[in-house]
Amino acid sequence: MDAMSTNTPRKTRLATVWLAGCSGCHMSFLDLDEWLLELAEQADIVYSPVGSDAKTYPADVDIALVEGGVANADNLELLLQVRANTRTLVSFGDCAITANIPGMRNMLRGSDPVLRRAYLELADGSGQLPHAPGIVPELLERVLPVHELVPVEVYLPGCPPPAERIRAALEPLLHGERPQLSGSDQIRFG
Amino acid sequence: MSSCLRLCTAASCRSRGAMALLQSSDRPVKEVGCLGPCSEGPLAAEGAQLLSLKPAEGEPLAPSLGAALAGSRAISADDPFLKLQRRLVLARCGVVDPGCIDDALAQGAYQQLQAVLAANNPSAVIDTVRRSGLRGRGGAGYPTGLKWATVAAMPSDQKVVVCNADEGDPGAFMDRTLMEGDPHTLLEGMAIAAFAVGAAQGFIYIRAEYPLAIERLRRAIAAAEARGWLGTAIGGSRFSFGIELRVGAGAYVCGEETALIHSIEGRRGVPRPRPPYPAEHGVFGLPTLINNVETFGNIPPLLRLGVEAYGAGTKVFSLTGHVQRSGVLEVPMGTPLRTIVETMGGGAPPGRQIKAVQTGGPSGGCIPASALNTPVDYDSLKALGTIMGSGGMVVMDDTTNMVDIAAFFIAFSREESCGKCIPCRSGTVQLEMLLRKLLERRASAADLTQLEALCHTVADASLCGLGQSAPKPVLSTLRHFRGDYLELLEPGEVVR
Amino acid sequence: MSVCTLRINDHDIAVPAGTTLLQAAQQATIPIPTLCFLEGLSAVAACRLCLVEVSGADGREEPRLLAACVTAATEGMRVQTHTPRLQEIRRTVIELLFTEGNHVCAICVANGHCELQNLAVEVGMDHSRLPYRFPERHVDLSHPQYGLDHNRCILCTRCVRVCDEVEGAHVWDVGWRGEHCQIISGLHEPWGDVQACTHCGKCVDVCPTGALFHKVDTSSEKHGHPERLQRLMHARTHQQWTP
Repeated sequence: MDAMSTNTPRKTRLATVWLAGCSGCHMSFLDLDEWLLELAEQADIVYSPVGSDAKTYPADVDIALVEGGVANADNLELLLQVRANTRTLVSFGDCAITANIPGMRNMLRGSDPVLRRAYLELADGSGQLPHAPGIVPELLERVLPVHELVPVEVYLPGCPPPAERIRAALEPLLHGERPQLSGSDQIRFG
Repeated sequence: MSSCLRLCTAASCRSRGAMALLQSSDRPVKEVGCLGPCSEGPLAAEGAQLLSLKPAEGEPLAPSLGAALAGSRAISADDPFLKLQRRLVLARCGVVDPGCIDDALAQGAYQQLQAVLAANNPSAVIDTVRRSGLRGRGGAGYPTGLKWATVAAMPSDQKVVVCNADEGDPGAFMDRTLMEGDPHTLLEGMAIAAFAVGAAQGFIYIRAEYPLAIERLRRAIAAAEARGWLGTAIGGSRFSFGIELRVGAGAYVCGEETALIHSIEGRRGVPRPRPPYPAEHGVFGLPTLINNVETFGNIPPLLRLGVEAYGAGTKVFSLTGHVQRSGVLEVPMGTPLRTIVETMGGGAPPGRQIKAVQTGGPSGGCIPASALNTPVDYDSLKALGTIMGSGGMVVMDDTTNMVDIAAFFIAFSREESCGKCIPCRSGTVQLEMLLRKLLERRASAADLTQLEALCHTVADASLCGLGQSAPKPVLSTLRHFRGDYLELLEPGEVVR
Repeated sequence: MSVCTLRINDHDIAVPAGTTLLQAAQQATIPIPTLCFLEGLSAVAACRLCLVEVSGADGREEPRLLAACVTAATEGMRVQTHTPRLQEIRRTVIELLFTEGNHVCAICVANGHCELQNLAVEVGMDHSRLPYRFPERHVDLSHPQYGLDHNRCILCTRCVRVCDEVEGAHVWDVGWRGEHCQIISGLHEPWGDVQACTHCGKCVDVCPTGALFHKVDTSSEKHGHPERLQRLMHARTHQQWTP
């Protein structure tokens, strides 16, 4: 955490990112309640679906909590931007770490069977496959965990990770330390 | 009979049309087993003269045996492939008619059994085996005499002798050669072992993929029973020993002794932890001696020659791959690898270089050309990161990518894993995925590190020998041919 | 009864001859992770989690990896239960189990009460270093009371053993081999069609994950009951039922 050790300390630049997940991890983040005020003292929320209006991922981010698996072209593009502009990438929750529920479509072998099932077989009469380049992102063949695509520094499992677990990870990170998570309270899946 | 024309009708020459030649013959022909250099087949022999009936490149097989003989090419007895062999186990292979017990008896079959029964001293037999230093020819190299002594010492009035004939390594066909060519040597070796350890029941566990060997063994067992060399009161003694054939159902893992025992018992062929070892708790819970075909095949010649003349013994190899002459050969233990692949096998095809020699199949490893002066014995090969194995020897020239080879063997182990323990069942799948990633040039240096770490975990943690040795083809190629792996890393990856 | 003394980590322990290393460690309250092992069933040493480093046995000095569940303690053995090598093996084993099936903890009947999930915590698996394989597996709901979700099966064979060794019905077995292995009922028939099944539920009780479950259970509602098997085995052995 070189940003922490400079002589002119600046606030930590924190981002939260929402890929293919249910946003439950972000809800759990909001469950940090009054600690969020403390967090706001120590960090600027520079990009977040629940804490910022920024539409593009900024440069020079210290910590990013990335929720969700990587399911479509937009997810992948954003993840690559996050990785390129972030010092510490936290794989945030089971979807990011295992692909979890979004990943269950992988058992059906490819995106096509899923789209057909959802948009044709279960449609009432006039179903059609979604196809709107530039508007609707194309599904990837497989939903992948974040770390199968880019390097990840910290893993924060849970569906969702409870608020205390998020705090246990963030507190050391804010002090420039790598959290050592262990035990049932801190690294349990599910 | 000795001047009669002999024609090899064992599997290799059969696949080259030997049966058609046999059926077209208008002169008496004796069917025999393997004559050696299979790549020159179909092979025939007249007296000491070996004849290649192989048609010229691109030509069809001659329409009759007469025509084939007219166009045959003599292979000199001074040819290194023949001259440098020491045929002990295979002494009668290619000489006797494997379907005719009279022929075998005329050439000395069951004489050692008879002598052993006459002397009536089981511990003397075990002592001879022990003093000879004979080690298991199936791959692991366990001292045979010690194994026999352990079973003999078990306090049980019922014991079992099992022959492991589940030869499954890719490129290995030494045991098939003996069973197809001279089954009585195997039966005699088993009977002697049974007498030595005090067993009355024997099994040969043979793979279903060897139909000709199965047929010839069945016939040989029936003939030996009819002549009183198997069954009750053998050779007029009080010794009784019967052999049952058990045919496998296609699982490589059933060559592992505890899985083999389960399979004989009619159960699912999966290994179990040892101890208890089969010597203590084997087939149907009885003390059981398990040796492979070649080990039993060593017993009659060992007893015939005595420990001194037997010396260091021999090893049978099946030589295949990028070599000019392939086939089955039996060489003195300790023959340098170079002698086998270059002098006897003729080396790589013209214009190419030998890159590596694979021994030990999926449980073995690749030896680089720079180590070809290594003598083939258990300890020298182990020091190179491979094993003697059962005798499959696959030569690879410089057109071979060793990562491809490693992936081939891992895929084999993945396919043949029984699935009982997780490191082998799932670890081999992940190892193959990593190797494919490399071969598709998608792998990073971190993947290479992970490949190596996973190899060690699978080797350390798997339940049986198959899983424990499955990573060896990867580890040995990483050790000797790391460059082949580094070349496949993603562009931009730092080569360490 | 003869007794042997051995050393596990830094504890000197005396146990009756024939005691397994797992029992000896339990006696010294040294935890060794297990998964396929279950007291009351035969030990198969398949999951490899209970591997320990053993030296000084049979005069062999170099440490060997042996499964504690099937290895008998002998005089003078020195046992290490948590070396870095063993911890690496254990974590890899758990990762291999997670990646070869489809273990979606969040929606699993056994969530919160699953031995595999607990072991992931114990071995410190916060993510899998090996890629997930997402195999295609099916669910058998043909039995009136119970279900079998192959996605969650780790092939520990506890169900196979309890049905064969304790219930005596031998409904379950393992079919195919290697990565294609699968628990099968009867002669690979739908479970509900297997007449040998006595509906006793022992297989569900001993299943360490959510693979075998009561149909009435939904997410996080399944609790394993290995203690029922142990009570039964105690009653059989000692001819004494203590409910």
